[in-house]
Formats: sequence, C-alpha cells, structure tokens
Amino acid sequence: MTLAFPVAMKFAVKTWSNGKARAGQLQLGSCPSPMETPALLLSTRKGLPLFISPDLLPDLPYPDSALLHVSPLHFVETMSPNIISKLGGLNQMLGLHRHAFAAFPRDSVQCLPEFDSSNKLGASFDTPSGRRLIKPVDYMELICSLKPSLWATLADEVPGWVSDHRNKASVDRTVKWLDDCISQSPASGAVFGAIVGGSDKEQRKRCALEVSKRNISGFGFGESMDDRPALLNEVTDHLPGERPRLISGLGLPEEVLQGVAAGIDLFDSSYIYHLTLGGFALTFPLDLLNLAEEFPEKTMGIDQSKINLKATVYRKDTGPIVEGCVCYTCRNHTRAYINHLLNVHEMLAQILLEIHNTHHYLGFFQAIRSAIKEDKFERFCDMFLQKRRDHLTAAVAVGA
Amino acid sequence: MALRFEVLARFNRARAARMTLPHFLCETPLFMPVGTQGTIKGLTTSQLEEIGCQIILGNTYHLALRPTSELIDELGGLHKFMNWSRALLTDSGGFQMVSLLHLADITENGVTFQSPVDGNPMLLTPEESIQIQNRIGADIIMALDDVVKTTTTGPRIEEAMYRTIRWIDRCIAAHQRPGEQNLFAIVQGGLDPVLRDICVKALTERNLPGYAIGGLAGGEDKDSFWRVVAQCTAALPEDKPRYVMGVGYPLDIVVCSALGADMYDCVYPTRTARFGTALVPEGVLKLKHKAMAEDIRPIDPTCACMVCRTYSRAYIHALVTKDAMGSQLLSYHNLYYMLQLSRDLHNSIIQGRFPEFVCDFLKKMFPKGDVPKWVCNAMEVAGIDIAACLPPSSSRGCGA
Repeated sequence: MTLAFPVAMKFAVKTWSNGKARAGQLQLGSCPSPMETPALLLSTRKGLPLFISPDLLPDLPYPDSALLHVSPLHFVETMSPNIISKLGGLNQMLGLHRHAFAAFPRDSVQCLPEFDSSNKLGASFDTPSGRRLIKPVDYMELICSLKPSLWATLADEVPGWVSDHRNKASVDRTVKWLDDCISQSPASGAVFGAIVGGSDKEQRKRCALEVSKRNISGFGFGESMDDRPALLNEVTDHLPGERPRLISGLGLPEEVLQGVAAGIDLFDSSYIYHLTLGGFALTFPLDLLNLAEEFPEKTMGIDQSKINLKATVYRKDTGPIVEGCVCYTCRNHTRAYINHLLNVHEMLAQILLEIHNTHHYLGFFQAIRSAIKEDKFERFCDMFLQKRRDHLTAAVAVGA
Repeated sequence: MALRFEVLARFNRARAARMTLPHFLCETPLFMPVGTQGTIKGLTTSQLEEIGCQIILGNTYHLALRPTSELIDELGGLHKFMNWSRALLTDSGGFQMVSLLHLADITENGVTFQSPVDGNPMLLTPEESIQIQNRIGADIIMALDDVVKTTTTGPRIEEAMYRTIRWIDRCIAAHQRPGEQNLFAIVQGGLDPVLRDICVKALTERNLPGYAIGGLAGGEDKDSFWRVVAQCTAALPEDKPRYVMGVGYPLDIVVCSALGADMYDCVYPTRTARFGTALVPEGVLKLKHKAMAEDIRPIDPTCACMVCRTYSRAYIHALVTKDAMGSQLLSYHNLYYMLQLSRDLHNSIIQGRFPEFVCDFLKKMFPKGDVPKWVCNAMEVAGIDIAACLPPSSSRGCGA
C-alpha cells in the first residue's frame, strides 16, 4: 500500500558539484518563496529566536532566514497540544506567516537525547522541564498540534561508543518508530525519516536503506559523529539523491563544510547561540573566492573568524562589527556600544549579537551555495580551512 | 534656554503641552522609560521609536561608572553612543548613591561614598554631577539635590531642603552648556507643606527651564503623596514643565496629570515585565499564573501593540521566567501601554474630553466602584467629577 501525502514540500537539486555537494531548491508549504540549499535552520525556543524579537526578524536576509528549527520538547509541560491546536499551530500561534518550521526533538542546547533512559517504549530526553520519556504517540500528538512544515520522526539516538548490541537496538527502534510516526502523520508537513546507527558504518547503512524504503520526503540524522566524513558518506551513499537530507548537531563552520561535502542540505546549529552568549561576533571573510592572496598582516595572531567584544580593545572602537555588513546591528551600532552592553550585562547585547551572527552565518551558507554553483566548492573549503589554520600558524610563528 | 514649553489646552489644572527640546519635540503629559545603563532592558532604539517613546532617562551614577562620562563624551555624547536621536534626560546620580551604596553619606560638600570599584572614599559634589552630565549630553539634566526618604522625620528634612537650595546655585554655576542642556531643579521638603513652599519659591526665583517634584515615590502613604504634588503644581510656574520623579503606576500618573504635572519616570513597567506581570486597563495581569496556560486571548484585547496583536496569554505564559523572549515581549507591551497612556492623556486634554477619559480609566480599573479614597480626594481638588465611577448607593463616594 502506498501512502500518499499532499505536496507540502518540493525539493530539487539544481546543481551537482564534482563531489557530492549539491545546491538545491526547497519549496515549503508555508513559505511563499523557495529556499536555496544548503541552508541553515535558525534556532528557536518555542518557535521564536532566543533574543531576536519577531518584529526584528524581517530585517534578516529573506528567504534565507525563513527556515526555523523548533523542538517539540520545548512545549512539553509548558503548553498542551490542545491549546497549541486551538491557537492554530506554530505559524498562527506565533504570527509568523512567511516562515517555515522544521520540528525535531534535539536542539543541541536544552533538549539532548539521554540514551541511557530510552527504552522500547520511547526515547528519553533532557528537556527544560526535566528528563522525559517521549513515546511516538506523544510525539505525534505534539507534531499534529504544532503543524510544522517539515518534521523528523522520533529516533533512538545513541553516542558512537555504545555496544554493538545497543547500537543495533537503536536502529531497530528508530525504524519501528518511523512507521509509528508515519501512521499518525498529520495531513500537512513533510516527513523526514530519522537515521541513526552510532559510529557503526554497517548500522548506519542498514538504517539508511530501511528508511529509504518508506515513502517520506527526506532524511534526518542527529548527534555529532566521530570519524565523521566516512560515516556521513556511508549514510548519504545509501539515500536517494533527489530527496533532501537534514542533519542536527553539526554546527561549526568546519562541520557544516563536512556535511555539505557529504551531500547534506539542511543544518541546524548551536554555533550562533554559543557565540552570542560568549559575547563573540563573527567576522570571518565571506567572499573567500575573490580575496587576494595577501591577507592583512596586522591580523597576525588574532582569530580572524570572530572577535570577543568584551575585550577592552573595543572600548572606544566606533566602527561596526564588520565594515560593510548590512545587518541591523552593524547599520545602527558600534563595537564600543556593544562592549559597554556586555560589560554591564544588558540583554540588548545578546539581541544585537544574535542579529549580526545570524546574518553573518547566513552569509556563510550563501557563500557555500555560490561556490557549489560555480563548481568551486572544494577550493572554497580549502581556502576557508586554510584561513582558519593561518592564524594558529601565525601565532606559533610569533611565539617561536 | 534650550527648551520651549507651550500649553496647548487645559482642563482645570491638567494641561496638554508641546515641549521643544534640542533633540525632539515632545508632547506632554509624557512617561519616560528608564534606560539605566544606556539601554532600555531588552528593547532596541528602533523599537522604542516605533512605540512612540519621546524621552529616555539615563542614570548618571551607572553611566559614570561604566563606561564613564569621559568615554561617552569622547565618542560624541550619549545620543550618539546609544544611537538614540530623540530626547534624553539624566538624573544627578545622587539618588542612586544614597540608595545603592552602603556607606554613602551627605555633607555640605556633596555625597561622600565608597567607590564600588576599589572601595576608596569619593565625593560627588553638585559641580561634579553637572560636569558628568555635561559630558553625557542629555537634553535635560537634573540638579544634585539632598534627597531624604519620605518616611524620615525631624530636622533632617529641613536641612535637606535648604541644602538643596544652596546646591542649585552651585549647579547653575557649574553648568557649562545651558544653550544645549536644560537644568531642572528639584523641589524637596518632605511631606511638610511649609518646607515645600519655601523650596518652591526659592527655586522659582532661579528661573530654570523646568522643575521636578522630588522626594516622593518612596513609601509614603498615598494621601500625603498627592497632597504634596497638588501643592507643588499649584505653586510652580505655569509656563514650565513639572516632572514628578519616580512615578510610576498608571493610576498615579493619571492623578498627577489631573493635578497639573507633565513628566514622569519609573522602572516599574520594565521591572514588572521581568517578573511576568503585564499592565492592562484592569490593573495588572500575572502571566505566570496557572490560569494563563489555557487562556487564548491576547494580554489586552484593547491594546494595539505588536505583542497583543500577535500573541496569546497562553504562549506568553509558556515563555515567562523561562525564556528571555518572554520578558522582552512583556517589556515591549508594558512600555507601549505607558506610552499609549501618555498619548491618551495628551489627546484627551487637547480634545476637551479629559474628565471622560479619567472616568473611563477609573471605571476599567475599579469596575466595582471601589476607587481609593485618596484618588477621590485628589480628583476633587483637580476639579474632576468622578461620580460616574462610584457605586450609586454611596453618598460620600469612595472606598477606603
């Protein structure tokens, strides 16, 4: 029996690179414009960004910023599915009609899988409300009330170092829960099948193949993985090429590049969150492919990827975070002001930093897409990683 | 003088005016949000403009500590530093010192205190306070006054009142920028009408651009509070703005406006937002309350702010005290509420329907007709008939 789903999502690969990286186009139900992939999902708490208030969202690049990640677990014990339904689901409840929500449990900060307490009945997570066992039926009740544009099925995620027995069990459970979730699927919203398998290539392959058999829109795989490139490729090699792949937990720029190189299209990330809380602002050059070989010598020894605005060197710096950046923060405020806000522990610091960092990181994804379209992705990766290593080498040279 | 004050309309003692300051043309009565450290907690300057904020108050004590008035001056003044193009007001720094510092003491010279940075003995003189405020560059600056708690009794109050008069002369002499910054004097005298009268007369002689009524909003009973305001507004010059410092609750603002005051400031709206409390026509709404979890109505169905037009009480309930966005959205709403109240006061006086506005306001806040006695008494002095707000059975009128 084939399950038919109303078209809530359209995905097409537009450019294949020499390797496995691909640039695509994603059309989601609630989002008026198609999105380009590889794309970044913006982190939220209960559907809204951590600090960027909804009236400041339109200032971010669009439709790049249209895709928001939400963890259904944020609503456990804080909002009942009944109330969420009454309020019309995420888009209606939050008044965000130009954005699309991607729902999956892990958010890399607050909602982490707690595999020890998972069992055959459900997956255990640490949530803001405490440790909870989430059963497929409960998970689906939340998904149905939230009405996200795309959502991943419930998975039993395990770390790479568990026993083979445990790892195999996680794949079995995840496939079973995949079927449970699909059978309770809401009318709208694209289903992404979750793929687990720890660091066992065989299990990853098995899971990928099983999940591929189901008639779903895409694939999601979680957890940070060791020996990553080999594992990533093991999975993507066994997934149909024309369906989108989403990964949770690969957030750093280098990790994103690894994921893109393995053929992944959608990424969530806690990078912006950690940067913002730490008082850091992203500054790495985005226009790598057009940069001259010589890089300003004066930046020797300084981490060129980001600046710590808490540092006293910025006390009187009346420049924007990044010259030429068109984000709200850089158009309106100076490094000196943000330095002051950080020193006096004012929330506006986090708001302004989240805006800039989001803007900048979206720019990074834009640069990745451009590189793929120009078939220069490998060179882009090399240059990016080289620049990151440069400052370390320079620092060592100075010290020598 | 860098200030023009034109009364456009009156109802008995209440007045609607246009106050032209170097950076902005204001309409009074008006409420000034408190941006203690060069920012309103959780809101951007563009949001503040959007909700109609006219003047922001900055705390000299905090700014002098961090980032220091010298740095602000070097970077072009506080307007430029925080990118706020409308009006600013700074207080003298005296109040914070007395209330925040452990060993603050007042002598004829000034306020002696222990530096919170290194514990060294320091002295804030009237001259120093004005110099700091000159560097910060606000449109309105406040004289250093000798402020005592309203609950104080005895000769200390008289001493403080006379010292305040001696200090105003020192402030005037020290003021370097009278063409760009307006120095307001502060009337002291505790709850003693004789002392207040002496102070008003002496300060009026100095012919300053504006006057504040200080030493209130500190725990005195409401009956004493309104009488001091009434006395001062009756005696202060008609053609200059009157600023009641530290007020406050919406009800207090309505009463003081009826009695002839024009400007107010208070941390209450933003502070109470951080505790999950919203300002509504009925009084307050505690979003943390369990009942809010099932309430799908907006915070205030009559409010036109972004928060009330988009979000339900149930969603805000889920956010408050757990996610920063909760206090941001509530601060936004609460400030909108206060600024809308300012607009309503101004417009109702201009349009000749001030008594109707007052009655409407009181009816919503006291639907059972239990308007507090002090409000009734104040309204009688203000010449506003609020019989319609009281229960028909009562002959004298008010509740306790």
